[in-house]
Amino acid sequence: MSRGTGAPRGTIVGVGELEPVRRTEGVTTMGLLGRAARLAVEDAGIGKDEIDGLLMGPQVGETPQHVPAMLSEYLGLQPRTANVVDLGGATGPGMLWRAAAAIDAGMAEVVLCLVGNHRNPVPPRSPNRNPIREFDVPFGASGANTSYAFLKTAHMDRYGTTDADFARIAAVSRANAQHNPHAIFHGTPATVQDVLDSPFIAEPLHLLEIVMPVAGATAAVVVSPERAAAMDLPHAPVHLLGAGEKLTHRAMSQSPSLTSGPLKPSMEQAYAQAGITPAELDVLSVYDCYTVMAAITLEDAGVCGPGEFAQWMQGRDLSHTGPVAYNPHGGQLGCGQADLAGGMSHAIEAVHQLRGTAHGRQAADPHLALVTGNGATMSEAVALVLGTQEAAR
Amino acid sequence: MTLSRETRVLTAAQLSALTVPPPTPTGETRHFWDACAEGRFELQHCPGCDRWVFYPRALCPHCWGQDLQWREASGRATVRSFTVVHKPGHPGWADAAPYVVAILSLAEGPTMLSVLRDVAPADVAVGLPVRISFTTVGEYALPTAAPAGGPR
Repeated sequence: MSRGTGAPRGTIVGVGELEPVRRTEGVTTMGLLGRAARLAVEDAGIGKDEIDGLLMGPQVGETPQHVPAMLSEYLGLQPRTANVVDLGGATGPGMLWRAAAAIDAGMAEVVLCLVGNHRNPVPPRSPNRNPIREFDVPFGASGANTSYAFLKTAHMDRYGTTDADFARIAAVSRANAQHNPHAIFHGTPATVQDVLDSPFIAEPLHLLEIVMPVAGATAAVVVSPERAAAMDLPHAPVHLLGAGEKLTHRAMSQSPSLTSGPLKPSMEQAYAQAGITPAELDVLSVYDCYTVMAAITLEDAGVCGPGEFAQWMQGRDLSHTGPVAYNPHGGQLGCGQADLAGGMSHAIEAVHQLRGTAHGRQAADPHLALVTGNGATMSEAVALVLGTQEAAR
Repeated sequence: MTLSRETRVLTAAQLSALTVPPPTPTGETRHFWDACAEGRFELQHCPGCDRWVFYPRALCPHCWGQDLQWREASGRATVRSFTVVHKPGHPGWADAAPYVVAILSLAEGPTMLSVLRDVAPADVAVGLPVRISFTTVGEYALPTAAPAGGPR
């Protein structure tokens, strides 16, 4: 993008998020997305017909192809640009910079980003016919749990990290979720010992180190900084100051590293675009599908050194009252993972924190937030630096 | 560093008794599975950049050379990382749990995932030398791994 270092590249003026639920019955993903879209448009104080750009996740379920046309039709939109963004858990943050880029390219002025999924009974088994299905699944490695367990084993082996070090991440997330009435684990805190006492799923990963799948949907409205300045907004605008994206592999068995991931170069690029250093961040809204993913992200982010996440966490207030708020909404370990919408939830929490609408868990005057998205098995990465008007140059 | 306290050893016979999802060969990979069925562990080698390739492809992922040649590999590897699966992602593996799957660093360079047999999870560590041989599961000979020093 042609904009200078630290200049706003796009502006988030509205967000919407459905309350996560463990199960759904008879709903459609397009219906959930529509409800989230309505929330975001109301939040932005705009009319639906101002939307002329539409980005969506791949799992609108009902239709494998022509998803943009199907969803546009369903929502009664006639966008000037529309695309599926398919980056797993990095899809939500990946949409936000693409929205800004589409606007900067003159392809749209108001872009709606939608990602969500239902959890109706009996999901069909994966129809995959790809190298993972051929070379990993036949050896007993179905699903993501084994992949992330490899990461935890490698971290423990390389750095001498302990089971309790990782359990602390889950306990912190559950504690933060007690300030978020929408979190699936609101009312259900967990101690480090609770995490360690939960059964092994893929050893060394315990059950409580793994996200709980839920249904939900998220939406965000992105406009240009210039348009945001001219709008009569109900809330303060939140600017996209920097973005980075990187893909390194699909299967964990083919990952170039088991102790660092593609988020590292993504975050470095996002910092460079924003003209900031990690020490300036007030909010870390980082993708935490598993405890080990959060640990590697903190290290790759430069918040602490390689292998040092546990020392960094030790004795630190990681809630919204601390010097740096770590997933103050509880993260996905505390809120549940609404499929791909889980990735967007980190961006939405950052928006709430930066504009002062994180009711009951508001950090004190934050200006800069890191948002990360992580797809597949540490395969697809998107990092965003979001900032307030004061943080933009 | 060992990790697990599990002492149950998964045997080749237990693996062979499983009904689990088989490989799904394509035109690019059929040769690999055919060689396995004949007891040979063959990988692709790129004469252009002198590197080995796994999984099989139509072109070298390193230099995009298109003259990949099948060559018998050593079958020697070390454990890059591993997990002890207690709750398998596919129900067909329930009878084998807890079992060890590992990412292997093949001596030739590529990495590959496989299941470890003839070893207690408590005896597995990162860096463990293993040797690949074949276990019949369903209609396929799967390249599985066991400690290079023999059963332990």
